[in-house]
Amino acid sequence: MLKYLAKRILYVMPVAFGVSLFCFLLVHIAPGDPLTSVLPPDASQAMQDELRKIYGFDRPLPVQFGLWLMKALQGDLGTSIATGRPVAAEVWRAVGNTLLIAGLATVIGFLFGCLFGFVAGYFRGSYLDKFASMLAVLGVSVPHYWLGMVMVIVFSVQLGWLPPGGAGPGGSAAWIWNWEHVSYMILPAITMSVIPMGIIARTVRALVADILNQEFVPALRAKGLMDFGVFKHVVKNAAPTALAVMGLQLGYLLGGSILIETVFSWPGTGFLLGNAIFQRDLPLLQGTILLLAMFFVGLNVLVDILQGLLDPRVRRR
Amino acid sequence: MTAITEGSAALVVPPLAKSPGYWAGVWRRFKKDKVAVGAGLVVLAIILMAVFADYVAPADPTRSSMLRRLRPIGTPGYPLGADELGRDMLSRLIHGARLSLFMGVVPVFVAFVVGSVIGIAAGFFGGKFNTITMRTVDVFYAFPSVLLAIALSGALGAGITNSLLSLTIVFIPPIARIAESVTTQVRGMDYVEAARASGANALTIIRVHVLGNVLGPIFVYATSLISVSMILASGLSFLGLGNKPPTPEWGLMLNTLRTAIYVQPWVAALPGAAIFITSISFNLLSDGLRSAMDVKG
Repeated sequence: MLKYLAKRILYVMPVAFGVSLFCFLLVHIAPGDPLTSVLPPDASQAMQDELRKIYGFDRPLPVQFGLWLMKALQGDLGTSIATGRPVAAEVWRAVGNTLLIAGLATVIGFLFGCLFGFVAGYFRGSYLDKFASMLAVLGVSVPHYWLGMVMVIVFSVQLGWLPPGGAGPGGSAAWIWNWEHVSYMILPAITMSVIPMGIIARTVRALVADILNQEFVPALRAKGLMDFGVFKHVVKNAAPTALAVMGLQLGYLLGGSILIETVFSWPGTGFLLGNAIFQRDLPLLQGTILLLAMFFVGLNVLVDILQGLLDPRVRRR
Repeated sequence: MTAITEGSAALVVPPLAKSPGYWAGVWRRFKKDKVAVGAGLVVLAIILMAVFADYVAPADPTRSSMLRRLRPIGTPGYPLGADELGRDMLSRLIHGARLSLFMGVVPVFVAFVVGSVIGIAAGFFGGKFNTITMRTVDVFYAFPSVLLAIALSGALGAGITNSLLSLTIVFIPPIARIAESVTTQVRGMDYVEAARASGANALTIIRVHVLGNVLGPIFVYATSLISVSMILASGLSFLGLGNKPPTPEWGLMLNTLRTAIYVQPWVAALPGAAIFITSISFNLLSDGLRSAMDVKG
C-alpha cells in the first residue's frame, strides 16, 4: 500500500507542476497589458513602470514564475487588481459556498444515479432498463444552465415555491442553517445533480451488468443464495468504481459550477471567476483556476488512494 | 497452354458472393437501431435547417420591432413568439442553428485530427516521446473541461475565434488519450510485428495497419464529444464569452432572454430547448454508432 501511495504521489507531482505553469501562463496569453484595468487612462509612463514593478511584471518570465510559485506554495496568490484584497482569501470564501451546493448535488446525483444504474443493469433489456438509460442520456445531454432557467421558471416564477437565486436573504455572509436559507440551495443543487446522476447511472449500469455476467454470480445462486444475497455481492463489487466516479464528479462540479452559479447568482467560485473575467482581474482569474485545478488534482489522488484501500487489485495495476 | 486451361476448367469454383464489407455490416446494424436512426434524422434535419436557413426561416432574424417585444408563443405572424427586441423567435432559432452547430462541430473535428495525430504518434513510437506527450496531456486532464474552456476563453477574451480555439484545446487531450491507448494496443499485435519484420517503415505501418484499426474507436469517441462541445460553446456564449449580438446563436439568445423569464418564460426557454434537442440527438447517434461499429469502452 505504501508503495502504491508513493507511486501515486510521485506521479502527481509533475502534473501539479504543469497545472501551475499553465495557470501562470494564462495571464501571459491574455491579450493586452494586465495592468490596463487598474491604470487610469491618462497614466504617465513613470506611473506605469512603477505599477509594473509593484506587480512584478517587469522581470523575465521564468523569474516571475519562480517567484509566483514560491508565493503560491505559501498560500499567497497575489492581490486582486479590482478589489485590492488578497486573492487567496476571496477564493477560500467562495470555495465554501461552492462546496455546499456541489457536495449536495453530488450526494443527490450519486443516490439517484446508483438507483437508476442498478435497476437498469439488473433488469437489463427490460423497459425499466430503457427508461433508466433514457434518463441517464437526458442527464448528460441537457445544457444544465438551461435546466436551471427552466427550474427557476417552474418553481420560482410559476409556482412561487422556491427563491430564484442568491444565497439567502442576507447574502452568503449571514448564512444560517434554517429552511429560509436552505431553500436557496435546493434549485441550484438539484440542477447541478443532473450531470453526475447521468454519468453515475451509466457507469453503474455497465458495472452491474458486467458483474452479473461473471462466474461467481451463478455460483452464488447455485449455493442457494437469494436475490438479496446476490445483491450484496454485486454492491460490494461495484462500490469502489462507483465511489471513484462520484469523487471525480465532485471535482467536475466544483470546477464546472460557473454556469449554474451564474444562473442562480450563487456566490461561489464560479461567480468569482465570472467577475474576474469581466473585470479582467487576471490575478483573481489565475488564483481561482489554480485552486480549483489543484483541488481537482488532489481529489483524483484521494480517490485513487481510497480505491486502493477498498480494492487491493487496484494497487497492483 | 490451352490444354492446361481446359483441364483446369473443372476446378473453377463459382465466384463466392462478395462478402459484405465492414461498413455494410455497420450500416446493417445501424439501420436496425431505431433510436439511432431517429436521432440521425433529427441531426440531418437540423443541419439542413442551418444550411438552408435563408429559405426556411419565415422572417428576417435581425429585424426588430419595438412594438412587438416579447410576444408569447402562437402570436399570429410569430409562431414561436418574439424576443426582447421584437424579433421573430422561430427565424432566430433557425438561423441560430448555423453558429451553434458550427461551434459544436468544428472544435471536435479539429481536435479529432490534432488529437489523433498526437495520440497515434505517442502510442506508436512509445518510450520517452510517449511519456513526455502523455504527461503534458495529463496536465490538461487535471482541469474539468468547463473550467478549462472558461479559463482559456476568459484569458483570451470574448469572441467566436477565441471560443473555438479554447474548445479545441479542451478536446485535444481526451482524444489524444484515447488514440494513444488504442494505438498502444494495436502496436502489440502480431501483424504489426510481421510488417516490421518484413521491412515496412513506420509510416507504412501506421498508414496500412494502425490507422484502419484505431480511427474507428477514436471517431466514435469524438462524435460523443459533439454534444459536450455544443453545450460548452453555448455556455460560453451564455456567459458572454462567445458570440456577440446581433448574430443569432442559441447560447447568446438564452443569455439575452434571461431577464425575460418573468414576462415570457417559455419564449425565454426556447433556445435552450433547441440546444437540448440537438445535443441529445448527437448523443443518441453517437451511442448508435458505437454499437453499430462494435467499439468497446
